[in-house]
Amino acid sequence: MALLQISEPGMSAAPHQHRLAVGIDLGTTNSLVATVRNGIAVVLQDEVGRSLLPSIVRYQADGSVDVGYAAQGAQALDPRNTIVSVKRFMGRGLKDVAHIESMPYDFLDAEGMVRLRTVTGVKSPVEVSAEILKVLRERAEASLGGELTGAVITVPAYFDDAQRQATKDAARLAGLNVLRLLNEPTAAAIAYGLDNASEGVYAVFDLGGGTFDISILKLSRGVFEVLATNGDAALGGDDFDQRVYCWMLDEAKIRFPSIEDTRRLLLKAREAKEMLTGHDVAPVHAELSTGEAVDLTLKIDTFADITKTLISKTLGPTRKALRDAGLTVHDIKGVVMVGGATRMPQVQRAVADYFKQEPLTNLDPEKVVALGAAMQANVLAGNRAGADDWLLLDVIPLSLGMETMGGLTEKVIPRNATIPIAKAQDFTTFKDGQTAMSFHIVQGERELVADCRSLAKFELRGIPPMVAGAARIRVTFQVDADGLLSVSAREMTSGVEASITVKPSYGLTDDEIAGMLKDSIEHVGDDVQARNLREQQVEAGRLIEAVEAALAEDGRLLRADERADIDEEIASLRKRIAGTDHRAIKAGVDSLNAATQDFAARRMDQSVRRALTGHKVIELKL
Amino acid sequence: MVPDFSQDYFALFGLPRAFRIDAAQLDQAYHALQGRVHPDRHAHLPETERRLSMQWATQVNEAYRTLKQPLLRAHYLLRLAGMETGHESNTAMPAAFLMEQMEWREAVAEARAAGDHHELEKLMQRLEKHGAGLRGEIESSFDAKKDFAAAADAVRRLMFIEKLEHEIEDALEALES
Repeated sequence: MALLQISEPGMSAAPHQHRLAVGIDLGTTNSLVATVRNGIAVVLQDEVGRSLLPSIVRYQADGSVDVGYAAQGAQALDPRNTIVSVKRFMGRGLKDVAHIESMPYDFLDAEGMVRLRTVTGVKSPVEVSAEILKVLRERAEASLGGELTGAVITVPAYFDDAQRQATKDAARLAGLNVLRLLNEPTAAAIAYGLDNASEGVYAVFDLGGGTFDISILKLSRGVFEVLATNGDAALGGDDFDQRVYCWMLDEAKIRFPSIEDTRRLLLKAREAKEMLTGHDVAPVHAELSTGEAVDLTLKIDTFADITKTLISKTLGPTRKALRDAGLTVHDIKGVVMVGGATRMPQVQRAVADYFKQEPLTNLDPEKVVALGAAMQANVLAGNRAGADDWLLLDVIPLSLGMETMGGLTEKVIPRNATIPIAKAQDFTTFKDGQTAMSFHIVQGERELVADCRSLAKFELRGIPPMVAGAARIRVTFQVDADGLLSVSAREMTSGVEASITVKPSYGLTDDEIAGMLKDSIEHVGDDVQARNLREQQVEAGRLIEAVEAALAEDGRLLRADERADIDEEIASLRKRIAGTDHRAIKAGVDSLNAATQDFAARRMDQSVRRALTGHKVIELKL
Repeated sequence: MVPDFSQDYFALFGLPRAFRIDAAQLDQAYHALQGRVHPDRHAHLPETERRLSMQWATQVNEAYRTLKQPLLRAHYLLRLAGMETGHESNTAMPAAFLMEQMEWREAVAEARAAGDHHELEKLMQRLEKHGAGLRGEIESSFDAKKDFAAAADAVRRLMFIEKLEHEIEDALEALES
C-alpha cells in the first residue's frame, strides 16, 4: 500500500521515510508478526488469511523445509524430522529439557545447547527457530512491499541470558535486524495500556505454550515501569497436554507407544484440552499403529484434578514477584491475561481467586504480545516524534554473579534491577606471583554455582607478578536494554592493562552464524557480494540521513572547523556509496561515526539538560 | 569516549543535596531523564549514539537506585562529604547494640526453625518500625544538625536492621516454596 509521506519540520532534507518495522511473537506453539499501519497495530496474515503460524518445522530428505501448517500435518507421520515446540530447547542443554523420554527426536548433546539430528543433518534450535522467523519475515515483506528496517522479537520475561542470546542469534540468522528483544508480558502491557489508557499497578499473567511469566508493572503518564518479574521458563500449555497424555496411557493401559503414536496421542490430548474450554466432557478417539483403538472420555473435573499441580506452579512465582515489588494483591488494579493457555477455565479461576478480582481478557490473549511488539518496533525504528512516546523501563529476571572459592556464587547484579545496568566488583590474587585468573559467570538465585546456569568461562592473563592479594582485578558486568550481558576484566594497580570482553554465546560463535548465513544465502541463489554491497549502502544511507537530521537540529553545537570536518566525511561517504566496493563504504561509515562522536556527546548532554528544565531549550555557550 | 557524569546524583535530578527527598519529584525527574537518554530513544540512530545512550541510561538508573533507597542515599551523602562509612571493616559497635542484635537474630532463627510464618511477619513489622526510627535519626543528623558523625553511626545501625530484614524475607520465601 502506498502512503503519502510528509517529513517532520526541521528534520532531514530528504523526505522522511516511513521505516518498515515489525513485532514478532516467536511462540512455543504459534508465532505471529504484526506491524503498525496508519497508526494502528495489526497482525499480518498469510496469503489465505491466517494470522497464526504454527511453530513447527519439518526437514525433508530432498533438503526442503516446511514451516507452519504445511509441517503440522506431518507431525504424527514423520515425528523425528518434524520439530515442534523448539522454543523449549533454545539455549538449553540436554539435561535441562523436561519430558525428553516422550519426545521423538534424535538428540545430540552438544556444548551449551542441545542439537537435533534430522534427515538433512544436525540442526541447532537456533537454526530451527530461524526457519520460523524467515517465513514471518517473508510474510511481512510481501505484505508491506519492501525490505524490513528492523524487528522487535519477544522473549519470555523469565528467559535467561543463554535463551535470549539464542533468540537474537536466530533472528540474525533469519536476516532480521533486531531492534530490541522485548519481554512478552511487557509487550502485552504496552498493547493493553495504550488501548485502555490505564494508570496504576497491573499484573500480567502470561501462560503460553511452554513458558510462564508473571510481571508487575506500574503504568503512569506514558511510562511502563516493570517493578518485578518472575516465572518458569519450562511451564506452559504443553505440560497440560503431557498430563492428559499420561492419563490416556494409564486409562487405555498402553505400555510402550511408538514415537508416531506418542505424537498422535499428544495431538489428541491437546484437542481434548481445548474442547474442555467450552464443554464439560471431551471424547478421545485414536487409532494406534498397532491397530489398537483408544476410546476414552475426559471429564472437566478429571482434567482439573490431573493438572492441579501445574496451576499451583504458577502461584509460587506470582507470590515472589509481588513480594519483590513490595506489594500485595490489594495493590493490583488489574490482571491482564496473556497466552493461549490462559483460556483454560481453571487457570482463570485460580488467577481470579488469588488476586480477588476477575482477570482482564478483552484483548485476544494470543495476539496481544505481537501487537505490543509492533507498537514498540514502530517507536524504535524512529517513525514517531521522539519525546512524546511512551517509555519502557524493564528489569533483568534473574541475578547475575560469579563463582568464588568453594563453588559459591557471588551475586553482582540482583534480579529485578532496571536495565541497562552496570556493576563492577574487585577481586584479587590467591597466590604470590599469580599471573592469570579464571572467571566463571553464572545466572540464578541459588547459592551454589552448581545450581545456577553457567553462562561463560574466561581467563584473564598477563597480570604482573605480585604478592598474593596485591593485584586489583576489576570485573565489570554490563547488561544492555535487550537484557544481554557482557563482562570485562581489567587489572587496576599496574600500569599494564590486561582486559578482555566476553559475550556468552552458547555453542554458536559469531563465525558460525556468519557461515550459516552465507550458506543460506548461497542456497537461495543470492549473490553474497551483491548482498553485502546493498547492506552497506543501506547502512551508509541511514547514517547520513541521521547525521544530517542531527546537523539540521543542533548544528550550532559545532564550531565551524568541526562542522567542515563532518561535512567532508559525509561528502566522501556519498562518493563511496555510488561505487561498488562494500569495504570502502564500511570504512567510510566507521570514519563518519568517529567524526561525529563529540557531536553526539554534546547532543546527549544538551538533551539531558532540557529534560530537567521542562523541555525548554537552553542555548549552550561553547 | 565516555560521557561526562561529573555532576553528583542530586544535581543530575535537580534535587537539593539532603537526606530528606521528595519521592514524587525524584520519580518525575528520573522519567524525564530516561525519556531523553534511554536506548529505546536512540535505537534507530548510529552505533556511536546507541552506545552513548546505553552509558547514560545505565548511569541514570544507578543514580536513581542510589537516591531512592534510604540506606544507599545515606552512604552516598557520606561519601560526598568525604566520610568513609567503612561498612565492611568498621564493625565496632556499642555492646548494648550488639546484644540486642544477637537477640533479634536468635528470634529469627527460632521462628525459621519452627516454620512460624506468623512470628516471622511479626518480627518483620517490629524491625520495620525500628528502621523507620533510625531513618528519622539519620534525617535529623544530616539535614538539621549537619552532624555527619552521628549520621554515620545511625547508618551503621540501620545496616544491621536491613540485613536482618533480608534474612526474614529469605526465611519467608523458603517457607513458601
